[in-house]
Amino acid sequence: MRDVLYLAWRYLAFNRWKTAILVAAITVIMFLPLALELVLERSSERLRARAAATPLLIGAPGSPLELALSSLYFSGEAPAGLVYSSVGEIHDTGLALAIPLQLGHRIGAQPVVGTAPDYFGFRGLPLADGRSLAITGEAVLGAAAATSLQAGPGDAVVTSPETVFDVTGTYPIKLRVVGVLAPSGSPDDEAVFVDVRTAWIISGIGHGHEDLADPGASGSVLKRDGQNVVGNAALVQYREITPDNLADFHFHGDTAGFPISAVIAVPVDEKSGVLLEGRYQGTDSGVRIVRPAGIMDELLATIFTVRQYVLAAVALVAAATIATIALVFLLSIRLRRAEILTMTRIGAAPGRVAAILGAEIMLVLLASSVLAALLTWLVTTWGDELFRWVLLSGYQ
Amino acid sequence: MIKLRNLDFRYPGGVFHLRVPALDVRERERVAIVGASGSGKTTMLNLLAGIILPTEGAIEVAAHRLSTLSDSDRRTFRISRIGLIFQAFELLEYLTVRDNLLLPYRISPALEESSDTRAQLERLAAETGITDRLERRPDELSQGERQRAAICRALITAPQLILADEPTGNLDPDNKRRVLDLLLAQVAGHGATLVMVTHDHDLLDPFDRVIDMRDFHGGESP
Repeated sequence: MRDVLYLAWRYLAFNRWKTAILVAAITVIMFLPLALELVLERSSERLRARAAATPLLIGAPGSPLELALSSLYFSGEAPAGLVYSSVGEIHDTGLALAIPLQLGHRIGAQPVVGTAPDYFGFRGLPLADGRSLAITGEAVLGAAAATSLQAGPGDAVVTSPETVFDVTGTYPIKLRVVGVLAPSGSPDDEAVFVDVRTAWIISGIGHGHEDLADPGASGSVLKRDGQNVVGNAALVQYREITPDNLADFHFHGDTAGFPISAVIAVPVDEKSGVLLEGRYQGTDSGVRIVRPAGIMDELLATIFTVRQYVLAAVALVAAATIATIALVFLLSIRLRRAEILTMTRIGAAPGRVAAILGAEIMLVLLASSVLAALLTWLVTTWGDELFRWVLLSGYQ
Repeated sequence: MIKLRNLDFRYPGGVFHLRVPALDVRERERVAIVGASGSGKTTMLNLLAGIILPTEGAIEVAAHRLSTLSDSDRRTFRISRIGLIFQAFELLEYLTVRDNLLLPYRISPALEESSDTRAQLERLAAETGITDRLERRPDELSQGERQRAAICRALITAPQLILADEPTGNLDPDNKRRVLDLLLAQVAGHGATLVMVTHDHDLLDPFDRVIDMRDFHGGESP
């Protein structure tokens, strides 16, 4: 057997490019359907689990799918149109805990999520290091975000400008990192959490600057009109919220009318959830309430339907490839007639020659299986991220 | 060494017909077979090697009657007692010269490679001047070197009989004589019997006997 394998190996090694192409083709045939099944199965479980863990989602009228994807996975454009008073209204019903979400900003590639400290308890996100949000200007990083931004408690991170070409747009704000969450294997790992007020300041709705009433700031005063003081271009705007300048940060207007992207409603019980749904459904309140689990089921049902077509296509391609590979082997045997004849004339049994040719096929299949297994392992390890990227990249 | 009696051979459905009433080859004898193309020279070698069996008659090689042996025994007999040399060398391109020389051991469980085998390989390579070519592939060798390697492969099992089918047919005149001298020296050195088919009448001098296929009524049957 050793000699048979040796001869087979020498042949394959000598024809290394032909062998590599065969191995690659067979690997793809083995790997594709398996990987597709695995990735879809595992990733859909994760997606369903997160959606199922979010009982109700309230947002502005529009695409429920976009609302669910942006609120659950922090991907895509932040839905707008909801005002902060919605949180109070839901809270006042006594039917559910209302957790606001203000989305849309990023620090590098990491999404900034403006929310309330209740969010961490609701999602079951323990701190791995530092403490939770306490005052405006602080940030808690998801585990992957901390790694990506190379920041931890005591460090600072700076929000990305919306566009470098818009000088009137929001300025970057420097945030103090006070905590890092333990890894959860969810989109929360990628996020930078701040409180809603901080998110508004990042949006430019709130701001902080030197006190114009202070005599020391007279150089920044354009004009005084009774109680009104108008600053000039020299007015220093704060880019960082610190305990010293926190009092100088303020909002013009009523925070109840400030925008938020969505509200996660956590009903006190099933009945309360149904009642809450009833309140918003079919009204012209300008608010939409959805059950994310249902939305994700619809999305995944569509994906699984597409999967059937993809698998059917893969099966066809596999059949064609196997036929081609069989043809390659048969042609190869024909081309090697002289070699086979030499071996049998010298004294090799036909079974021995068949064993050598069979060993070549076996080695190719073995190499393909190992490669397919390796690729499948990689997909199993990184499949969730891959699937989420494939699924959600269209909404980025 | 070889005894043929009333041998008759026809290819199934073919018109070719070979008849050998009697032929004897002694041990260590060097016999050349000549004849026109299609006269049955290669068929004769295949019959002597037991690759094909006669339609009628008997072939005895080294006291073994080939037609009485099973297919498996005949293969074992051939690989251990007979060395074959081909006109086109028939070295496997994907093996090194060393692996080509050891091919009989790799393709037959009847032969077991040992330290003696490896010593025999080194000795043959040294005697034929291909020691520095052992790790090369056949396509890196000259025609003469390839045929020398093929001769080594035929002798690696220390066979009693060497059957060579136009071993000089693909060589230039200088190499023809050189390879033939080498083959004859090796055959003599190993105490083997040689039956060689050739077209080249200039190479017949060193042989003990020349057999002309015309004597065997070869050619087409009525």
